[in-house]
Amino acid sequence: MSAAAITAAVVTAAESSEEIDGIRLLIPEPADILWSAVVLIIIAVAFYKYALPTFNRILDERTEKIEGGLAKAESVQAEAAAALEEYHLQLAEARTEAARIREDARTEGGQIVAEARQKAQDEAARISETASRQIEAERQQAEVQLRTDVGSLATQLASKIVGESLEDEVRRTRVVDRFLDELEASAVATSGKKGS
Amino acid sequence: MPAKTPGTGRHDHQETALSSLATVLPLASDEGGSTFHAPSIADFFPPPILFEGTIFEFNRIQFVRLVAAVVLVIVFVTIARRAKLVPGRSQNLIEMGLDFVRVNVAEEILGKERAKKHVAVLTTMFFAILAFNITSIIPGLNIAGTALIGLPVLLAAWAYVRYLSAGVSEHGLGGFLKASLFPPGVPWYMYVLLTPIEFLTVFVIRPATLAIRLMANMVAGHLMLVLCFSATQYFLVDSALAMKPFGVLTFVAGFAMTLFEAFVAALQAYIFVVLTAVYISLSVEHEH
Repeated sequence: MSAAAITAAVVTAAESSEEIDGIRLLIPEPADILWSAVVLIIIAVAFYKYALPTFNRILDERTEKIEGGLAKAESVQAEAAAALEEYHLQLAEARTEAARIREDARTEGGQIVAEARQKAQDEAARISETASRQIEAERQQAEVQLRTDVGSLATQLASKIVGESLEDEVRRTRVVDRFLDELEASAVATSGKKGS
Repeated sequence: MPAKTPGTGRHDHQETALSSLATVLPLASDEGGSTFHAPSIADFFPPPILFEGTIFEFNRIQFVRLVAAVVLVIVFVTIARRAKLVPGRSQNLIEMGLDFVRVNVAEEILGKERAKKHVAVLTTMFFAILAFNITSIIPGLNIAGTALIGLPVLLAAWAYVRYLSAGVSEHGLGGFLKASLFPPGVPWYMYVLLTPIEFLTVFVIRPATLAIRLMANMVAGHLMLVLCFSATQYFLVDSALAMKPFGVLTFVAGFAMTLFEAFVAALQAYIFVVLTAVYISLSVEHEH
């Protein structure tokens, strides 16, 4: 392009050399410089004082806005993640709690059953003890009664049989005891025979 | 500029060749026949409109520059005024351009941290150069504001001051001179050769090439466009019937050149800011 320019300039300079010298293309005239400075200053002032600062401000503002938006989105996302995490945590906690409660309930239930069983057993034991004690008491009472009754009956019978020979208190007691002993001995012998 | 009537007529013709085919008529009557006139560098030195002979001499190219600057400022200020957090269509377009300079030029070459200091100057330069370049294909304006050397020189001077001051503020004056004139890692006797080359590069060649590259591209683009379209006009209007198909050919070429010129306008703006960023980067880097 430069070569073309120089060739063209030379050609045309040669053609119109009677008027314009080619070197004038390279030597600026004062008026040229002056008006060039005027237009350049117009542009430079407009650009430096108004256009460029305005566009820079707009660009910065936009960058800031975009960055702010991104940061906000990020924080919202982080918040959401935190909420999810917490939710999961709570869920896990709730599950653990439920499991623990269930376990507790089971344990407690088992305990209650065991306690109730124990209590029932105790009660049963107590009742059977009372019963057996009562039976024993009644048996003893019956034995005493029987002994007395049998003694008096036997005495009466014996008195009737033997007459008044047994009127004497001491003798009577002795006779009765002996009779009973014999009776017991025979009973023991019978049971021993049976046991063997 | 001599006030010769035919000469003035020709200037008028060449300046407005793209916008009006009718301007050929005075030329044809002047010359008394149909001749083809190639574009000349006189296009870049049009007669003054105002303040002739003073330092405030105001001609067509200055007018074009003023229009470009005012339009650029109005577009940017209007869109900046209506700028919202959620951009509309036009704001998106502007922001795409701003982003392009910031990311693809400043941050890519200077790194994210250093880019912050220089992104404003690179952005301003890019859009200013783009606006002044693109006037070369806008009907009615038809010449790039950067095709006259004054503006490229000022832009290059701006870049020059910028990369020198960036280097000095990074290394101090002595440190910057030492880093740029005595590149480390070469034997001392090489400095006899290297130092003058580096001096020329840093202090003369870099700003000069910045300015001349931009100007030459725009001059060449304008000459090619005028050549194509004035040939089209010559073939279609002034020539015999047999020559008219050539006019179609040159018109297609002119159309292609217009598209190419649009591409070059953007490319040169890009190259200018990329090189400025590279020069700043070379100045502030510790090793190069």
